[in-house]
Amino acid sequence: MNLRTRKLLDRSFTALGFGSLVVMALALLVVIVPIAVKGIGAVFFTGTIEHRKMLSAEFHTGDPRELTSEAAASERYRANIYSMLSGFEGELDRMDPEKKAEYKNKYGQVKSSLQALLGPLPGEPAPMLTRFKYGQTRWDKAQEKLHDLLYETKWDTSNPNAMSTEYFVRRAESFKGTSLEKLFPYVEQNIEKMMLPKFTFYSGFITESSVDSHFFGGIWPEIQGTFFLAFGAMLFAFPLGVIAAIYFTEYAKPGFFNSMLRSANSTLAGVPSIVFGMFGLAFFINTLKVSDSKSVIAGSLTLAIMILPTIIRSAEEAILAVPKTYKEASLSLGSTKWNTIITVILPAALPGILTGGVISLGRAAGETAPIIFTAAVSVGSAIGLADVFNSPTPALSWNIYNLASEHEAAGELRHVQYGMVLALITVVLLLNLSAIILRARISKKLKG
Amino acid sequence: MTTDTLETPELMSAQKSTKDIYLPPARKKVTDGGKPHVVAREFSIYYGEFEAVKRVNAEIPSKYVTALIGPSGCGKSTFLRSINRMNDLIPTCHTTGALHFDNEDVYGKYTDEVLLRKKVGMVFQKPNPFPKSIFDNIAYGPRLHGINDRKKLMEIVERSLRKAALWDEVCDRLDKNALGLSGGQQQRLCVARTLAVEPEVLLLDEPTSALDPKATAKIEDLIQELRGSYTIMIVTHNMQQASRVSDYTMFFYEGVLVEHASTAQLFTNPKDSMTEDYITGRFS
Repeated sequence: MNLRTRKLLDRSFTALGFGSLVVMALALLVVIVPIAVKGIGAVFFTGTIEHRKMLSAEFHTGDPRELTSEAAASERYRANIYSMLSGFEGELDRMDPEKKAEYKNKYGQVKSSLQALLGPLPGEPAPMLTRFKYGQTRWDKAQEKLHDLLYETKWDTSNPNAMSTEYFVRRAESFKGTSLEKLFPYVEQNIEKMMLPKFTFYSGFITESSVDSHFFGGIWPEIQGTFFLAFGAMLFAFPLGVIAAIYFTEYAKPGFFNSMLRSANSTLAGVPSIVFGMFGLAFFINTLKVSDSKSVIAGSLTLAIMILPTIIRSAEEAILAVPKTYKEASLSLGSTKWNTIITVILPAALPGILTGGVISLGRAAGETAPIIFTAAVSVGSAIGLADVFNSPTPALSWNIYNLASEHEAAGELRHVQYGMVLALITVVLLLNLSAIILRARISKKLKG
Repeated sequence: MTTDTLETPELMSAQKSTKDIYLPPARKKVTDGGKPHVVAREFSIYYGEFEAVKRVNAEIPSKYVTALIGPSGCGKSTFLRSINRMNDLIPTCHTTGALHFDNEDVYGKYTDEVLLRKKVGMVFQKPNPFPKSIFDNIAYGPRLHGINDRKKLMEIVERSLRKAALWDEVCDRLDKNALGLSGGQQQRLCVARTLAVEPEVLLLDEPTSALDPKATAKIEDLIQELRGSYTIMIVTHNMQQASRVSDYTMFFYEGVLVEHASTAQLFTNPKDSMTEDYITGRFS
């Protein structure tokens, strides 16, 4: 191969490597940026007066006097709507039965749209669920609801070979000639005066419990549950893993039994996490009965089993990477094997062991499948440390899944879901960051 | 050009004479020494099936310096490492015959290798300080053996560093990491660390092979300082070094102890022709 070909190959390989890194970084940006933007929207957003009402009633925060004056201002415009509604109801009574049936249905839709936008209408029975006690708390959502009020959604199914298409009809057209006609332009014009949108920093999203399954309030129970589960798993898995790694590297004699143990360990690392979840349910809850039902401890133990192989493997690598000369030096000074391990080998291997530990911690924090059957509930309040033995907990990973697919109002709560995703990413990143800093400090101390 | 070609054969022929290699330095007198300290009887070391050291019979005199020489793979390091049982780290290694230290069987069933290693210290080919402070490096051994009093430890550290001729260079930075020292300083630190446990025997496994000539000279001076207080055994590839520092020399070849005599005799009047071939550089 001549020099030119070699140089060309060298350069193209460099370009290939650099290109793949760029693609990876871009992919990361494409994933992270929208999540971050949407997730931040759970904390920083334009809130309406309904949000302030909700905070005052459910969490007793905010300035009540300011709220009263705001409510009064908003009520002035709302009162006109309510009087229009009652006017139309009177008109409806006077209509002939055929027309009445047609309008009644349409009027019902208008009323429920208004209710979703502004909160319960006067004269209606008080709603049971908290979610119906308030109108739209977020300005972006309020605008969606406004659209629902102003336009009727219809589906065009005329072409049987294509998917039906959505189109909108102005409700004002449907009510042409009635007294309700002028309601729609009125709402459209005065929506800001009724909702009083204001830029809001809602720190309660991080620190508060949720109200009515994540409709209002925050995700603190989920964050706390994630911490409990992940650190609980580390509590079991880290010491066990390090001890097992010491055994493998320093004590185990090569043989059939040990090669079996090693391959078992490698196999465990590849087992799908849902299998660990089933195992946790069958073994920790049903057989060992560590708790009567789902509990933090059962979930932690299951996660611990799942991350154990990784911890063992990384600790083993770290211990094997300690120069043999340290061991020789220590032994030649009359140190026992155990003392050598404690005073020389483990301190030198610590950065590597910690790295493996934190990667596992991040994995434990993010796993969903193992905790479905053993620890996670979709709604719950924050639990105390004393409750970990008998009570389940919400956790970020499981609640993200729940909100995305199983929640009855998943479409209404996208902002909460993205907030949770961002919180989970932040938690894992913070854990990794602290590990990197810790590792750097220890390495620096070792290198002198 | 012509003068060059004339000179070269002259030098080579000059090197052939063993008398020119051995230039005995002036040495202080050793009192209370010469008793057999380490005794090998028909002692063999195996790595699995391979016999690395073959039926060695030798008596190492106490408080003198004994050099172990021989080509690579001749078993000299293996023999040295067997004296404080560092070969135990190699799983396939086993021994036959007897090796005695202070009339105690090194490979006896009830021998405590930890106590043995306390008495038989070792310094390795590459400087291997722990990634700790200089103080903690020296204090590591004494702490192991139960000394925790800071003042007492400080005394030991100072004494050991003085013996290793390192005190003046490091006394103002004892709390700094030992890995920040130069290679020669690190090796002297390793000697000091070994001396801190107060051993009787000092095993040096090619202690200067990773060092520059200046640092080597310091280590050699140090060996001369310690001679008379410790029984010293040094493995070396450097014939000049062996002749400079040792009182006795053992020549190994393919696992066999070919010749064991006083250094003066071995270098000036070797009994075995193989010894002569080796020290004159006919093979290596």
